[in-house]
Amino acid sequence: MTEEIIIAGFGGQGVLSMGKILAYSGIMQDQEVSWMPSYGPEMRGGTANVTVILSDNRISSPVLKKFDTAIILNQQSMDKFEADLKPGGTLLYDPNGITRHPERKDINIFKIPGAALATEMGNPKTFNMIIMGGFLKVKPIVKIENVQKGLEKSLPERHHKLIPLNIEAIQKGIENVETVISL
Amino acid sequence: MGDIRLMKGNEVIAEAAIRCGCDGYFGYPITPQSEIMETLMIRRPEQETGMVVVQAESEVAAINMVYGGASCGKKVMTSSSSPGISLKAEGITYLAGAELPALLVNIVRGGPGLGTIQPAQSDYFQAVKGGGHGDYKLIVLAPASVQEMNDFVDLSFELSFKYLNPAMILSDGVIGQMMEKVELSDFKPRWTAEEIEKISGSWATTGKKKGIKRRISTSLDLDSAKQEVFNHKLQAKYRAMEENEVRFEKIDCDDADYLFVAYGSSARICQKAIEIARAKGIKVGLLRPITLFPYPTKQIQEMLGQVKGILSVEMSAGQMVEDVRLAVEGKVPVEHFGRYGGIIPTPDEVVEALEQNFLGE
Amino acid sequence: MTATTELKNIISEENKVYGKTSVLLDNEMHYCPGCTHGVIHKAIAEVIEDMDIQEETIGVSPVGCSVLAYNYLDIDWQQAAHGRAPALATATTRLMPEKYVFTYQGDGDLASIGCAEIMHACNRGENIVVFFVNNGIYGMTGGQMAPTTLEGQVTATSPYGRDCQTTGFPMKISEMVSLLPGTRYVTRESAETAGAVRKLKKAVKKAFANTRENKGLSFIEIVGTCSSGWKQTPVQSNEWMKEHMFPYYPLGTLKDE
Repeated sequence: MTEEIIIAGFGGQGVLSMGKILAYSGIMQDQEVSWMPSYGPEMRGGTANVTVILSDNRISSPVLKKFDTAIILNQQSMDKFEADLKPGGTLLYDPNGITRHPERKDINIFKIPGAALATEMGNPKTFNMIIMGGFLKVKPIVKIENVQKGLEKSLPERHHKLIPLNIEAIQKGIENVETVISL
Repeated sequence: MGDIRLMKGNEVIAEAAIRCGCDGYFGYPITPQSEIMETLMIRRPEQETGMVVVQAESEVAAINMVYGGASCGKKVMTSSSSPGISLKAEGITYLAGAELPALLVNIVRGGPGLGTIQPAQSDYFQAVKGGGHGDYKLIVLAPASVQEMNDFVDLSFELSFKYLNPAMILSDGVIGQMMEKVELSDFKPRWTAEEIEKISGSWATTGKKKGIKRRISTSLDLDSAKQEVFNHKLQAKYRAMEENEVRFEKIDCDDADYLFVAYGSSARICQKAIEIARAKGIKVGLLRPITLFPYPTKQIQEMLGQVKGILSVEMSAGQMVEDVRLAVEGKVPVEHFGRYGGIIPTPDEVVEALEQNFLGE
Repeated sequence: MTATTELKNIISEENKVYGKTSVLLDNEMHYCPGCTHGVIHKAIAEVIEDMDIQEETIGVSPVGCSVLAYNYLDIDWQQAAHGRAPALATATTRLMPEKYVFTYQGDGDLASIGCAEIMHACNRGENIVVFFVNNGIYGMTGGQMAPTTLEGQVTATSPYGRDCQTTGFPMKISEMVSLLPGTRYVTRESAETAGAVRKLKKAVKKAFANTRENKGLSFIEIVGTCSSGWKQTPVQSNEWMKEHMFPYYPLGTLKDE
């Protein structure tokens, strides 16, 4: 199994840390992982994306042009990465702020109201874990228990009290992802 | 199972330095490698292993601190990125001239000039052919994964002390900024003063003991005859490195009709390109130089009876390709494919270049 | 008694009034006649012997006339790139804090190309001693203008006299470094008379004592001559120094904390 994923949105949406938790979860199930960020020179508010690869084998290029999955969290990223999905790939997006919805017919498309759900949960920082939940529902490549272990390993001890909230957010995402197109 | 982490290449350099018993790091901030010094400052190794970390006033000062530390027989290092390495070039040639061991890390960015902060491999010539003045060579290691960033720190010190010559880890922002799974090395204690006397007592300036000759760390000899003799000695050392220290990796070469030669991050991209090309029925393999000096010249030559064409893939306008051509001596066509100025080639582009150059497409 | 036996009898421990310190090697010095470096080397060597710190002292020599200082003092030495001696000394003292580390630099090395390194080593208060030999000229390269060359002084690159409007003004380095909190002891000395050398040796001793007590950076400027560069006899040089250098670079301790 090799899963090549792009996660793209604004800086501050937790794009990079979501990728990191996903990669750590892969390590917890003995997979090879890579996490390759790309961002502008701005310290705050620019676009951010990260390529995450989980594989049972040695990973070749950490830099990719074609992806199995795109998790898209703003319009610029939709414009940039929709075309980069492999045919039959998976596009998951949050419709919040999206003015041009995905148009391809040869991919699976799912949406999740991550921003709205995060507001509902009363904590905007749960946003990326809600999205993660949505992703794991449509592509269960890592087990939730390994996500939990990944969080334990990647978060400093003083933040471990936030793990239950993160798991709750993942559950919220699992419950609320909607199919737009399923091939 | 050892200590397995998900870490950035730059962070791993810092962690590996602490764990391998490095005595001192001297650096100056420059993107995209500042995490090395930042990680060290967060880790506070002076409290854990006694390793000293100094933010110098300039790259020039940093490399000269390395010279001072290396002169004491200590395991010392610096890191920088392209423009900073240019500033350090003088100090680097002094290290080579004084036969001092040290680890230099270059996380290359696109140039020339201030250039870009994005990854490039356009400092190959600088690292391998000189960079500073005089006839000298660095041992140059090119990691292609975060794991190798870990492994090559200790290896660089080992080779550096074996040959009394500075060693460079030549990488870029792809490997430096990327996180991968890495198994960290076990902790090795720093050398004690007694161990340093035993290992480097013939040259380390640790204070002249009674009855032994004073030790001088210098690259100066105003007598040309002596300077030539010294240069012969250096050249003999470089030939010994060529004999004993070539490191490389071959991937999918057994049945290959075509060959990619690429190092570091370009080698990773070529591995994906191999998957794509082989899915199309093109039998291509990869020879990945791990040491850029000494260069795997013989290993490339061994492929010549088998392959119909060689594509050197680099994030530069064509530097390593010259060494490939020197190895090949015109026996098979050698072409270069590169993206530069901070652009990373995609695996598809690499396959296209292979097809265009050798398959008449 | 023959004259030889008579001499042999005289050479005995009880008649000894002077002995060359063993820290000073017997190598023939390459310095020009009348040069101040030899006197300063000897002063430092004698203090190293007096304080019994030969085994614990590491010197860092510069680029310039004193690049070969390592041929004259019998201690371990590092030879630095031009201006960078304080960087080498920084790492050496950080990695071997129990050692006595000093740099020995001229005015071209320290005050021109090495300005950043000396200022920052002083500012960090590195536990080292800096010997700054100021003779207002580049000696080794053939007498060019230095940052410390006096106004109107003729050198190979100021053949009509230093014009401060275009070349800047002679830099008072000791005054500058004395303003930095990292320096503990800053003094300006000379070495043209026996009395001056005695004073210099006192300063050297104090500086190394500061190192022993981990007090930070001690900076000793020594105003010296360059007969060849100044195109004068040694005697004229000393007179010229007293008349022109001392008024602009006044001797004495600037800081002692």
